[in-house]
Amino acid sequence: MATTTLRREIEVISPTRQRVMGIVFLLLAAAIWFFFGRSTDTGLTTIFNLAPGGIDSNLPDWQVPTLATLNLLALVSAFFGGVQLVRGFGHQTNLILGLVAGFFIFAFLTWAAAGSSLNLAGLLNTTLSKAVPLTLGALSGVLSERAGVVNIAIEGMMLAAALVSALAGSLSGSLWVGLLAGILTGALLGLAHAILSIKYVTDQIISGVVINIFAGGITAFVSQSFMQKYQALNNPGIFRPFEIPLLSKIPILGPILFNNNLFVYAMFIFLILMQVALFYTRWGLRMRSVGENPKAADTLGINVFRTRYMAVILSGMMAGFAGSYFTIGSVGRFDEFMTAGRGFISLAAMIFGNWTPFGSFGAGLLFGFADSLSSKLAILGVNIPSHFLLMAPYLVTMIVLAGVVGRSQMPAADGQPYVKE
Amino acid sequence: MAKKKDSVEKPDAGKILLEELTSEPGGQHSTARRIWRTLLVPVLAIFSGLVLGAILIAVTSESFYTTWGVSPFEAIKAGWNEARIAYGALFSGSIGDPAKIAAALQSGDGLEIRRAFNPIMESLTASTPYIFGALAVALGFRAGLFNIGAEGQLWVGAIFSVFIGYSITGLPAIIHIPLALLAGALGGALWGFIPGWLKAKTGGHEVINTIMMNYIAFRFADYLLTGPMQRPDSFSPVSPTIADSARLPKFFAAPIRFHLGFFIALGVAWLVYWFLFRTKWGFELRSVGFNPHAARYAGINIVNSTVLAMSLSGALAGLAGTNEVLGLNHNLAQAFSSGYGFDSIALALLGKSHPLGVVLASLLFGTLRNGATRMQVVAQIPIDIITVMQAFILVFIAAPAIIRTIYRLRVPVDEEGVSIRGWGGD
Repeated sequence: MATTTLRREIEVISPTRQRVMGIVFLLLAAAIWFFFGRSTDTGLTTIFNLAPGGIDSNLPDWQVPTLATLNLLALVSAFFGGVQLVRGFGHQTNLILGLVAGFFIFAFLTWAAAGSSLNLAGLLNTTLSKAVPLTLGALSGVLSERAGVVNIAIEGMMLAAALVSALAGSLSGSLWVGLLAGILTGALLGLAHAILSIKYVTDQIISGVVINIFAGGITAFVSQSFMQKYQALNNPGIFRPFEIPLLSKIPILGPILFNNNLFVYAMFIFLILMQVALFYTRWGLRMRSVGENPKAADTLGINVFRTRYMAVILSGMMAGFAGSYFTIGSVGRFDEFMTAGRGFISLAAMIFGNWTPFGSFGAGLLFGFADSLSSKLAILGVNIPSHFLLMAPYLVTMIVLAGVVGRSQMPAADGQPYVKE
Repeated sequence: MAKKKDSVEKPDAGKILLEELTSEPGGQHSTARRIWRTLLVPVLAIFSGLVLGAILIAVTSESFYTTWGVSPFEAIKAGWNEARIAYGALFSGSIGDPAKIAAALQSGDGLEIRRAFNPIMESLTASTPYIFGALAVALGFRAGLFNIGAEGQLWVGAIFSVFIGYSITGLPAIIHIPLALLAGALGGALWGFIPGWLKAKTGGHEVINTIMMNYIAFRFADYLLTGPMQRPDSFSPVSPTIADSARLPKFFAAPIRFHLGFFIALGVAWLVYWFLFRTKWGFELRSVGFNPHAARYAGINIVNSTVLAMSLSGALAGLAGTNEVLGLNHNLAQAFSSGYGFDSIALALLGKSHPLGVVLASLLFGTLRNGATRMQVVAQIPIDIITVMQAFILVFIAAPAIIRTIYRLRVPVDEEGVSIRGWGGD
């Protein structure tokens, strides 16, 4: 780990990167002024509603003069750009990048809703709920890839678990049975992935592709043979949101964070649990060492195969949990291919989040934001096709992967099968 | 260091590279034995996949459950019966009904004969996009690259070719068709070039990048089909119909839809074979795929080779989409691809990334898929059963040890695994 930290420091303070980032900040500032500021009439105001729809709150709407806000955001961004060019922010560069990107998005919202109102709290609420499956999926990826097994089967595991939890939930009449069945499905597929890639040393990507193909086929098959014929088999109901007393009364954040269903709370718990378990326990250290250097781990007496099996099965369980969200956590029925590639976006979120739980959550939020914003744009009547906004997560992932925002640090032995000598 | 695994892992790279690339595989054995050894595992894998499919049909059929109460034996009999009916429909839907063919030939009626032969001709037609797609993935594998992006490349290819097809009119077919084909290949190549370039220059893994490019292509296609490319008189997301001069010619009257695309696919398969095994570029590409370190040492430009491989792979995938647009649909609609690009991955593996194997695998799969449409009508078995079977077959191909355990086969001395590397590359 020492070399890793060292490498990152060198990258952060390299002079080329300093200059490039400075120019990026200046460009963003110019874009705010050029695209948004110039096309806004003076005297317009933008209203942000701060309570999600349907909830009474005594919080007043937040009203800002559009043009002044845009100019201010552009000026501050330009100032950051100047400082970065002259002096550099050093270790804080990525933080400032996030800040300026945030300014840009805020400027975009202010401009898009100029002369009308935008429900900011509602937007954030949707962002969170769209981020849930992505984050859980990314956590699933973190679990297996930290132990050195690539898992591109998250998509298939989610899809299969979504179907099984709907089916089991409908048959038993209990959501909990449905949830358990979903997690179990994920675990089984995880086991299959583990056996193929660890025991039979199949290429891990091929093994993942096989599971995706299998899950796509079998869910469509079962759905068409049974669930479309007998609607009673596809009616499990959903976990309802419940308020957490006191916390839900916090202004703005309260109704967004603490009035959700089981899956959202579970996501936060898993986030913290995994961060602690991975980086502050012996279990986590062993798992990461297997992902970084299995040979060394083996020499020190860690059972590489058992660790990897465990990691991949846990990863499957997490993907199964994420899959259950689609049916018994949000819409209450199974539709063919309802995961719609979110497993792959999860993978992207994991990479963007640098193989860490909290990073994955941040990336999940970002991707969820792009998703929820694209549906809002149509309502606001903004003349940008939502398709291009929906491309954003994919583009961002490719840019991150190309090393523009600092090189991503993947586990060194990720994807490499381990053969004992 | 022990056992034979190590001789594969830490070889004298240059020597092995040279041997692998110059000698015909399994040179010391007789031809018959070589063919037998190459075909054994795939054939058993396909057989096992079909058996598992039959079991799945049997245990998910309704009569299986209704007779289960009577006796398990009855249930198994009922299930067996269901599977028999389903596979009968699969056969007659993909190859044709022998009795019908004989009767039609005897009657001498042209339409009847065409109807009787339609299933097998339709199977060939259905195989065509798979041939292009699987060649694309196989070419990537040969260069050590996993092109999961065939689906996106196919979409971009289709977009390019349909645009050339409907926007230009008044050209003779002899110019318009090649132009549209070229445009399709170019579109796919562009979509393959980007991840190839990123891989070569920044090390960004092509699996992730091609997946991302897939989704970008889908969103882009959605945008075009609901906006600039939408047919003016239509509310559904469909492009305008292409000009007659851009359509691939058909050989028979209705209902046979068989068209020139099939022969183009065979020709392209031969070209890919020639390129891979008979040209310097192909040699370099395979060397990089076989052992990038040795290839670099031998002075091969890995950057060029990677970019070339991904672009060519994309071009082939683009042709898969082009073939459907110019040969069958004559327009672009949102549902035009039933996941050809994703299925192609399985077919490339099944065909061991050799053009001949790929063509055979694609013919098999196109036939199965075409027959499954009839199976869906006759036996109410969802067409996705084919996808499940495909997954089973693929498992057996990817982990031949399972097949060997089931059928108690001996392990061959020089077992060649499926050769691609994981995430990190090197």
